[in-house]
Amino acid sequence: MENATTNELAVQLTDVNKWYGEFHVLKDINLNVAPGERIVICGPSGSGKSTMIRCINRLEEHQAGQIIVNGIELTEDLKRIDEVRREVGMCFQHFNLFPHLTVLENCTLALIYVRKMPKAEAEKIAMHYLERVKIPEQARKFPGQLSGGQQQRVAIARSLCMSPKIMLFDEPTSALDPEMIKEVLDVMVELAEEGMTMLCVTHEMGFAKLVANRVIFMDAGQIVEENNPHEFFDNPQNDRTKMFLSQILNH
Amino acid sequence: MNTFQPLPDLPPPVASTGLVGWMRSNLFSSPLNILMSLTVFYVIYSTVFPFLDWAIVSANFVGDDKSACTDGGACWAFVGNRLPIFIYGTYPAAEYWRLDISFLLLILSFGPQFFEAFPYKKALGIFSLTGFPVIGFVLISGGSFGLEYVPTDRWGGLALTLTIAYVGIVAALPIGVALALGRRSEMPVIRAFCIAFIELWRGVPLISVLFMSSVMLPLFLPEGMNFDKLLRALIGITMFQSAYMAEVVRGGLQAIPRGQYEAAKAMGMGYWKSMGLIILPQALKLVIPGIVNTFIALFKDTTLVLIIGLFDILAIVESAITDPVWGAVATEGHLFVAFCFWLFCFSMSRYSQKLERKLHTGHKR
Repeated sequence: MENATTNELAVQLTDVNKWYGEFHVLKDINLNVAPGERIVICGPSGSGKSTMIRCINRLEEHQAGQIIVNGIELTEDLKRIDEVRREVGMCFQHFNLFPHLTVLENCTLALIYVRKMPKAEAEKIAMHYLERVKIPEQARKFPGQLSGGQQQRVAIARSLCMSPKIMLFDEPTSALDPEMIKEVLDVMVELAEEGMTMLCVTHEMGFAKLVANRVIFMDAGQIVEENNPHEFFDNPQNDRTKMFLSQILNH
Repeated sequence: MNTFQPLPDLPPPVASTGLVGWMRSNLFSSPLNILMSLTVFYVIYSTVFPFLDWAIVSANFVGDDKSACTDGGACWAFVGNRLPIFIYGTYPAAEYWRLDISFLLLILSFGPQFFEAFPYKKALGIFSLTGFPVIGFVLISGGSFGLEYVPTDRWGGLALTLTIAYVGIVAALPIGVALALGRRSEMPVIRAFCIAFIELWRGVPLISVLFMSSVMLPLFLPEGMNFDKLLRALIGITMFQSAYMAEVVRGGLQAIPRGQYEAAKAMGMGYWKSMGLIILPQALKLVIPGIVNTFIALFKDTTLVLIIGLFDILAIVESAITDPVWGAVATEGHLFVAFCFWLFCFSMSRYSQKLERKLHTGHKR
């Protein structure tokens, strides 16, 4: 992986810095993600982990450094931002489904209006992915009528409809009741097994152990430690990592 | 091993036991309540019945002058006799049919919106916002297609009220939406313009807007250039109400969570697509009560055109009640005007409630 060239990398962050006003939220972030790699990012709240992955599809702007997604460098250029967003799907902590549209319409909207696809074809694709997340029977309902777990699975299906090459997950299970976490994680595990490139901010350590190629620990806007899950959990190198792990695992 | 068995769902307890039970518990449960109930009954008895007697039992409905009103009640004959002028104003009587057709078109293009089963609502809605104003203008104004030209100073009565209200409503909503979006824009020039526009129009009374448009504006126009008084009033009312509309819509835009914008962006939608498909549909739905409120205010504000010499329904009735052919008919005239306004405003209110129910998708935020 170390000697992969730029074009082969799915995501490449080089010396990325970002400030919110005076607050230095990302400090010299360097991260390379190869296609098909699954990365889990964890860390205390306020550590900049969400901000980092939100920079990858330009929901946040970085002020210094370089972000290259699938060979496209993110700049002010709206066309490039558009191209990157076409390659990258994203799932949010609060799902962010469109409450005024049915589940099916949520999935087909971007296909019809961004990809200019005929409605029938878009619905076929949407139903395919709704089946994959195991809720085709909810297609005609509105998001408000579904449980949190179902909503998050719809959100995943909605992203998949755009056939992204990279999926970003921003704490996808943090807003869910414990009983619903598993159904969402199951879908994500399946997705991982199919070879999707994934960057996932989560505290689901079981999920990290199961699917991640690499676990990244962030604190105070920096990447403190990164390692394969086995080493990361059993043999953390940094004191900060050890403390964090002891806090989240010792329950 | 114990198996968890949820308890069966039971129907809720019955709250009341018929009318008598309800009255006993709500109206006559204590001496004080009995006293209050009886007092209220007495007040209702001593106001409603005399009113009904005046308005219906001893009222006169037909006649051509005050000699017809002899029974001591309301003189509805006055309203009936003057109805054409209340509705059509001073529009030439031979051309009434043009207003009739326009009014019929108005009813036909809005009426079906109340019925769930009607299949062409969308097409009809587009027609009532685009085709209808054009057809209506050609019909009422004339001057083309062999129709006699009727200058706007002969428009009046309910027809004028509806014209002003319709144009105001149809124009104020889109302009208001545009201003609201502009005020939230990241482009400083557009934002500044929209803020200035909104605050300027919102900060002055409508009456002064109308006065300016009819008296002051012509002074600033070059010699010989003069455009229609009604048109000037329409522009004034539209600008004024769109500033209010903008703030109502902005309230809705601010209520949409940031996540909605982000999800739209993440799916590759640009500004116009995310606004048009995601944000505005939700924001406008949220502020339906506020929008209709503004519409109703606009409808009632049309009476202010009186001060610039346009004769809307209220102005026409006002001038008709001074006619010595009829006796003291001010109450009847004003009640009639009030009823007309109430009818239209109440219809708008009902329609908005229907729309809210229809658009409710059971979501929580």
